[in-house]
Amino acid sequence: MILQVDNVTKQFGGLTAVKNVTFGLEEGEILGLLGPNGAGKTTLFNCLNGVYAPTMGRIIFRGQDVTGYRPYRVARLGLARTHQIVRPLNELSVRENVVVGACYGREGLGLRAATRVADEVLELVGLHERSHQLASSLNVAQKKRLEMARALASHPYLLLLDEVLAGLNTAEVMGMLATIRKICERGVTIIMIEHIMHAIMNLSHRILVLNYGELIAQGAPAEVAQDPVVIEAYLGNPEMAEKLLEEEEI
Amino acid sequence: MSAWRQPGLWLPLLLVAAAAIWPAFGNNASLRETIFTMLMSVALASSLNILLGYTGYVNFGSIVFFGLGGYLGFYTVSALGWHLLLAVPIGGVAAATLALLLGSAVLRLRGAYFALATIGINEAMKALVINLDFLGGPTGMNLNFSIYQEYGGPAQALWLTYWALAVITLLVIVVSYLVKKSKFGLGLMAIREDEDAAEVMGVVAPRAKTTAYVISAFFPGLIGVLFFFKNGIIEPESAFRLHLSVELLVMVMLGGAGTVLGPVLGAAFYQRLRGLLLTSELFKNTQLVVAGVLLLLIVLFIPAGAVGWLRHRFAPLRRLLE
Amino acid sequence: MLDMLLPSIVDGLLIGVVYGLVAMGLTLIFGIMNVINLAHGPIIALGMFGVYLLFTNTGVNPYLGLLIVAGGGLIFGVIMYFVAVHRVLNAPHLASLLSTFAVNMIIIGAGTVVFSTNFRNVDFSLGAVTFGPVTTTGARVAAAVVALLVTAALYLFLRRTRLGKNIRAVANNRKSAELMGIPSSRVLAISFGIGAMLAAVSGGLLATIQPFTILSGGVYELKSFVIVVLGGLGNPVGALAGGLILGLIEGIVPVFMKTTWVPVLEFALFVLILLVRPQGLFGARQ
Ligand SMILES: Nc1ncnc2c1ncn2[C@@H]1O[C@H](COP(=O)(O)OP(=O)(O)OP(=O)(O)O)[C@@H](O)[C@H]1O
Ligand SMILES: [Mg+2]
Repeated sequence: MILQVDNVTKQFGGLTAVKNVTFGLEEGEILGLLGPNGAGKTTLFNCLNGVYAPTMGRIIFRGQDVTGYRPYRVARLGLARTHQIVRPLNELSVRENVVVGACYGREGLGLRAATRVADEVLELVGLHERSHQLASSLNVAQKKRLEMARALASHPYLLLLDEVLAGLNTAEVMGMLATIRKICERGVTIIMIEHIMHAIMNLSHRILVLNYGELIAQGAPAEVAQDPVVIEAYLGNPEMAEKLLEEEEI
Repeated sequence: MSAWRQPGLWLPLLLVAAAAIWPAFGNNASLRETIFTMLMSVALASSLNILLGYTGYVNFGSIVFFGLGGYLGFYTVSALGWHLLLAVPIGGVAAATLALLLGSAVLRLRGAYFALATIGINEAMKALVINLDFLGGPTGMNLNFSIYQEYGGPAQALWLTYWALAVITLLVIVVSYLVKKSKFGLGLMAIREDEDAAEVMGVVAPRAKTTAYVISAFFPGLIGVLFFFKNGIIEPESAFRLHLSVELLVMVMLGGAGTVLGPVLGAAFYQRLRGLLLTSELFKNTQLVVAGVLLLLIVLFIPAGAVGWLRHRFAPLRRLLE
Repeated sequence: MLDMLLPSIVDGLLIGVVYGLVAMGLTLIFGIMNVINLAHGPIIALGMFGVYLLFTNTGVNPYLGLLIVAGGGLIFGVIMYFVAVHRVLNAPHLASLLSTFAVNMIIIGAGTVVFSTNFRNVDFSLGAVTFGPVTTTGARVAAAVVALLVTAALYLFLRRTRLGKNIRAVANNRKSAELMGIPSSRVLAISFGIGAMLAAVSGGLLATIQPFTILSGGVYELKSFVIVVLGGLGNPVGALAGGLILGLIEGIVPVFMKTTWVPVLEFALFVLILLVRPQGLFGARQ
């Protein structure tokens, strides 16, 4: 068990964004995190990597209680993430962005070794031709890949991906899926938030569904997709429900 | 060390060294005074740049470290009778210690709040010194001229001060370069660009910021001792002059924040310009206005400063100008 | 002891109200556009000179002169916004700090040439006022009353008028205000103008109660920082409370220790509050 989430709750004033969420994660797993907009998925990530201290509950990462740790401590223990709304270090080059990830990640590499890792990771995500550009000059799809590259460069045990496919075209999605698979094959455990159903259904070993901060379903992709509770949650959002049902037919 | 082969390092060192040696020819005392001011600005601006340019924290009260070092050094030399070269590190260590104590608290503040706090620290320190009788209270302290005998007379003492400053200035530039090129410096720049994202990537921001703050306080502490020793007099108004702090910000901006060469050029240019304005019939009285207009134009139209602009416009220069 | 304390408290409260007004422009501008106006002090000084020159040269009653100074401050602020602030509104903080400081340098530089740094004094007395055991000058009472009136007017303006509501909408969220069709540049310019107007008026009031030079604004700018942080940066009503606290400190502390300790206390308090309660003593931001 690489991650154990125990009754985690996060409140913002009167709003409970995440409510009593409990689940566990095995090493090597790809876990899909589904849920309508505002369900609390990103907030859950923020609790896991220490951006927010949960209001209640405990988070055990590789046997260590990391509840309330600052993000840098969590990062150094080998938990990396990407941001849904990209946060490039604008005035640094693409390569420097990734070197930061390698320097300050789990392994805490020196500059030289970090640069080597960065070049390798940039190649993997397909940004190597842009490594000397300023990060601010990338387009959104490229910035998403930069997010991913930075996280990967830290050689994490656990990687949290927050909608890395959103806004990409079909070819780009395919490329990204291949990359994610490769990462998983290297033994990195992954939790991914995604709205693109076929992607998450194909890739994940297991799926969790959040709605209004609560865990309403979990299980194998096929089970979850047919779960009436899940379908109902998505019916609030017809487009999503349609997508969900559509994917079943494929 | 391969760093010595990089133009980004030796270019500013060469410029500073050339300027520093100049007054030695012909034993030119008035030129020495001019260059003293220039070197001091270069060193102070470069120190400020480590926090301002690399880390992105706007220190409006950086002069507090200069003043504190100056006071402690002055006290050590004049009241305790220690040698200047012993007093200098005392000033530096005192300033660095203050930064260390304040750092972890003050550096939690961001943006304008941090800038305001640094102003407050400077003013609080000034007000405190005014109340400390052993430091001379509101009127400050004077150096007894007999002290110069220990150094072989006033002229010798002034030259000693000058050379000490030159060495420190070169040292600041080396440190500034090494920081910029190090893993630590990369962490600082990550903090400058997006502190939260940097923390998510594992940069221990509180520690990195405090370290940067301590480094950028240490050198002004050293220099304060030299300056007020040369001056022979220290008083709260001149030691903690907020205006000087802001002038340093202007120098960094002029040359280019976040670059090694920028503060060097910015400081030299600013002091040269000031000298010219002060001696010109036409602008003697309006030098502040001219400086203000210049600052406004730079902030509005070339916010990256001269070196930043050059690096941006001419890619080949990026290897040359750090 | 009490007979010494009471007059100090009254004096402290009277000047405190004026201090509140002194800081109000600074905090208003910060609250609306996140800019710390480092030309605040010099604008205060210009207000002082406005009232002084009108009174000394043309004999305009200082309190009437305040109206003209207010108009001048408004225009100055609007111009300053477009020249020095508009372009750097979305740049990093340093940019607006330095651009407004540049204006500071220009005003102080020109002001020193024109007015020198000699002390001036508005020679206009309203006599003495006595409440029970306490005697103070009429000018101080008048200054406090005017400051309260201006504060009340500002409050009503922001709450009740259309422009005031637009200003608050822009302060809240510039983007969505623009989507609602509020011309944000114009609103911001006017807000900056109002901030400068408040500074100028407060300077005019200060001129009626104490001697000053072109550099005096700097002292009040520093005081404004303290006040603004006490009351919560960006909160105009908080500024009044902050002003009162500062006035009381300045009134009461000298009864117990040397006056020179007052600034030590003030600035230590200032840094402390920034560290432990950056939102000010009075809770959440408006
Ligand atoms: N810092 C915050 N302060 C207050 N409320 C917040 C904060 N962050 C998130 N929320 C609220 O918490 C709820 C959950 O938000 P969250 O971003 O976690 O949703 P999400 O599942 O990631 O949605 P999406 O699919 O749109 O990304 C929302 O109602 C959001 O407005
Ligand atoms: Mg989200």
